[in-house]
Amino acid sequence: MSALQRTGRWVTDHLVMVVAMLVLLYMFLPIFFVVLMSFNEPASKLSYEFDAFTLDNWLHPCQQSGMCESVVTSLQIGFLATVVATLLGTLVAFALARHRFRGRAGTSLLIFLPMATPEVVMGSSLLALFSSAGLAGSLGFWSILVAHIMFCLSFVVVTVKARLAGLDADYEQAAMDLYANEWQTFWRITFPLVFPGILAAALLSFSLSFDDFIVTNFNHGNTITFPMYVWGSAQRGIPPQVNVVGTVMFLLALALVLGGSVFQRRRPA
Amino acid sequence: MSGARRRRSLTGYYLLLPGMLWLLLFFAVPTIQLGATSLYDQNGSLDTGYAMTWSFGNYIDALSDYRAPFLRSLLYATSATVLALLLAYPLAYAIAFKAGRWKNLMLVLVIAPFFTSFLVRTLAWKSILSDNGFVVSTLQALHILAPDGRLLATCVAVITGLTYNFLPFMVLPLYASLEKIDLRLIEAGKDLYANGFTAFRKITLPLSMPGVVAGTLLTFIPAAGDYINTKLLGTPAQNMIGNVIDNLFLVQLNYPIAAACSVILMVVIVLMVLVYVRRAGTEELV
Repeated sequence: MSALQRTGRWVTDHLVMVVAMLVLLYMFLPIFFVVLMSFNEPASKLSYEFDAFTLDNWLHPCQQSGMCESVVTSLQIGFLATVVATLLGTLVAFALARHRFRGRAGTSLLIFLPMATPEVVMGSSLLALFSSAGLAGSLGFWSILVAHIMFCLSFVVVTVKARLAGLDADYEQAAMDLYANEWQTFWRITFPLVFPGILAAALLSFSLSFDDFIVTNFNHGNTITFPMYVWGSAQRGIPPQVNVVGTVMFLLALALVLGGSVFQRRRPA
Repeated sequence: MSGARRRRSLTGYYLLLPGMLWLLLFFAVPTIQLGATSLYDQNGSLDTGYAMTWSFGNYIDALSDYRAPFLRSLLYATSATVLALLLAYPLAYAIAFKAGRWKNLMLVLVIAPFFTSFLVRTLAWKSILSDNGFVVSTLQALHILAPDGRLLATCVAVITGLTYNFLPFMVLPLYASLEKIDLRLIEAGKDLYANGFTAFRKITLPLSMPGVVAGTLLTFIPAAGDYINTKLLGTPAQNMIGNVIDNLFLVQLNYPIAAACSVILMVVIVLMVLVYVRRAGTEELV
């Protein structure tokens, strides 16, 4: 290999990494701004620029009326939607991966379509359904929850099913050969092996629910989730405390994911 | 897994029942209802109720009144998807083949920014692209942008926001399919005197097609229906079909035309997905 070829190869080898780093930088650019703006004391209500440094937003995050309440509402909906969607979705994933039944094609289609449907279509069709059922006046917490469970379900099924498909059924077979009954096999063998997939699905559900704006916007009634709060205040000026919530969410998620990977490394799967 | 190990019993149906019932009730029924709503008489209202008149004319009205937003949605979503693919491919490639022991950390870094709220991130772009911000002043200094030129309230800002917001949906499937590639195939190509570029074009790229297809769809679909980026970074002159549907449903309360727009959007997307998947050729998606 000539020197020229070698330098050429070095450049191409590292070029990909350099480009990748630049793309990562692009992905983090808004995060830098969210963190920066959380220390901002805006000169005017409609200012989107950094004006002066302050710690006030961090010391008094709940100063803006309604913001912390909206975060609590979002956490409640996110938690309930995650529990229900993860439970129902995991059951469906097991049925798909481990059982025979009629109507497999239709079932797959019904799971796939919600992921292929734009949120604006899903949200508006639910609203049309609720209003034709005469429920337009009573929309609120429950209707947001129903909608969130619906769009989280498909993602849970796909995530858990992927984990199940990667599992060797021989482990289960071996347990059965050693006279474990189905119940013991499930709880001692299958469930622990599938658990990382279920956990990933739950995390995904929570972040989908917590972050959802479009579907919620159609079905929220008078209930204000955190994205609804941000949207509402975008018209009259964003309080800088919103960026405190954004920063905290980012740090929590990072800690959770990094902590999770350390935990997994310590416990060989 | 072999078919013989799948148990045939009622258990499968019991496991499916609650989840599928939920999707049936709150996804399938509303979608059918939406189709019905799109054929209601436009002269009705929410209070008096709508009469089912099989008004297929609603579709003609929707298309002729909102042709520009429809086309804009497709154009913006396509641009954002292509840009996302160009950005995501080198990143996914680097994570899959070059990152070594940093692989997991880089994957976390790809997802991490997206845990801050969607709206908060989009508003951050409003700060980044603001008229006195460093991006605009740099572009003005380089004479790429006129001295009084701006990025906010233009389609550049909207497409930037769309590209950014759906980037992880492109990176992750690309990474998943690149990671599966047997490196020996690429070595074999090089042994047969393919240079790096030829090996990439003839081996790596075709083998990563499932990821390209999945990533493109996962980016294009939400981008085509999005209206937040336009609302926050653009003006009504950049209205996409999502803005129209949102406005018709929630402000003008014109359900039949709003439903017709939604149905058209859904049909266009499903058709594009079918054609695209067939041409690109890939395994089943679910």
